[in-house]
Amino acid sequence: MSLQPLSRRQMAWRAAQDIPEGAYVNLGIGLPTLCGDYIPKGREIVFHSENGVLGTGPAPKKGEEDPDLINAGKQLVTLVPGGSYFHHNDAFLMIRGGHLDLALLGAFEVAENGDLANWTTNDPHAPPGVGGAMDLAAGAKEVRVLVEHTTKEGAPRLRRTCSYPLTAKACVKRVYTNLAVIDVTKDGLLVREMVDGLDLAVLQKLTEPPLTLANDWKKLAAPAV
Amino acid sequence: MIDKRVKDLAAAVAGIRDGATVLCGGFGTVGEPTELTEALLDLGIRNLTVVANNAGTGKTGIARLIKEGRVRKVICSYPRTADPHVFEAAYKAGSIELDLVPQGTLTERLRAAGAGIGGFYTPTAAGTQLAEGKETRVFDGKTYVLEKPLRGDVALIRALKADRWGNLVYRKSARNFNPVMATAADLTVVQVKEIVELGSLDPEAIVTPSIFVDRVVQVA
Repeated sequence: MSLQPLSRRQMAWRAAQDIPEGAYVNLGIGLPTLCGDYIPKGREIVFHSENGVLGTGPAPKKGEEDPDLINAGKQLVTLVPGGSYFHHNDAFLMIRGGHLDLALLGAFEVAENGDLANWTTNDPHAPPGVGGAMDLAAGAKEVRVLVEHTTKEGAPRLRRTCSYPLTAKACVKRVYTNLAVIDVTKDGLLVREMVDGLDLAVLQKLTEPPLTLANDWKKLAAPAV
Repeated sequence: MIDKRVKDLAAAVAGIRDGATVLCGGFGTVGEPTELTEALLDLGIRNLTVVANNAGTGKTGIARLIKEGRVRKVICSYPRTADPHVFEAAYKAGSIELDLVPQGTLTERLRAAGAGIGGFYTPTAAGTQLAEGKETRVFDGKTYVLEKPLRGDVALIRALKADRWGNLVYRKSARNFNPVMATAADLTVVQVKEIVELGSLDPEAIVTPSIFVDRVVQVA
């Protein structure tokens, strides 16, 4: 069987399946934002946006756009029934005060102890931007990351230690890649799921720190989304 | 009679000086007091420190102040917002200073200034480049970073409606940094779409009570 990595939308689908009923969740800019499209039917989840919205809904229909209603990625959104508005201090009180059940974030790199690097690559040609990344990484009850398993050049994004500046130390609990679902544990990285066409030896070659395969590991599969 | 209404933008920004620290509400262009910000140009003032979430979008507001060389320093969380080309050009040319602050730390520093708090410990940025050189302390096994209040000489605020006392209500996610910045400056100036009769704003719905506001100008 040939290797079948997940598409970016399939990664978002997979991460969305794990969001529990009733959770208050912040979706980071970019790939994590797509998770909002794949919440299983019947599951009630409240999305938090750091610019002062609880209960952001999908993009508005044509003609129903409201320029005063955006998410943290500055995309036009809607408000679901039960949603609320508040100012920036309350938005970050929710984040930093441990009121958010889950933050799903993007990353440049994750280290084997859960260190996260997702805010700057030290590119000398562009000013750095941090936004709410450090607050989310430090404050949410749980941080999970969506990231391609390797860079375009094939370098591992799961590292012994991060080579880029940290967003927060030892904060990541689970990583969803295009090849695997991996938990950060006190004994190191534990592979929970792998895509078809992959075995641990091949996955290990694409990953810097040592991997352990969970006894009850499963096939990582997602529908065509 | 208390009447904080002023007749135009020039009267709203009168007296703001060279070197002022200016708090600008908004998240990108949403809730941004664009007209008040641009009114600073006509004062001829320079060497401003601008505090905002972003460092200007497109060609208007903060971007226009930067383009015209009025801004010495930007304190913000995310200069790389939609269309940041004006700030980026100034940054690459070395003509502007950037002080990058995590978004929650930025808003809490403003809150501390408005609330009379001398400093606070936050877990955000502990162990990162943005906490280098800062005092840290461990509480219950967790590391926190000491942050200081961030106060403005002036706050430029955008709200939906005001009354003549300066009570304010906002609209949807255009609220963002505006209420906290309104508390954190020596002079708080507000642009609103509509000025309504005193007593007509629902007291249960007023977000910024009038005590924080000095001037109100209607911008259609």
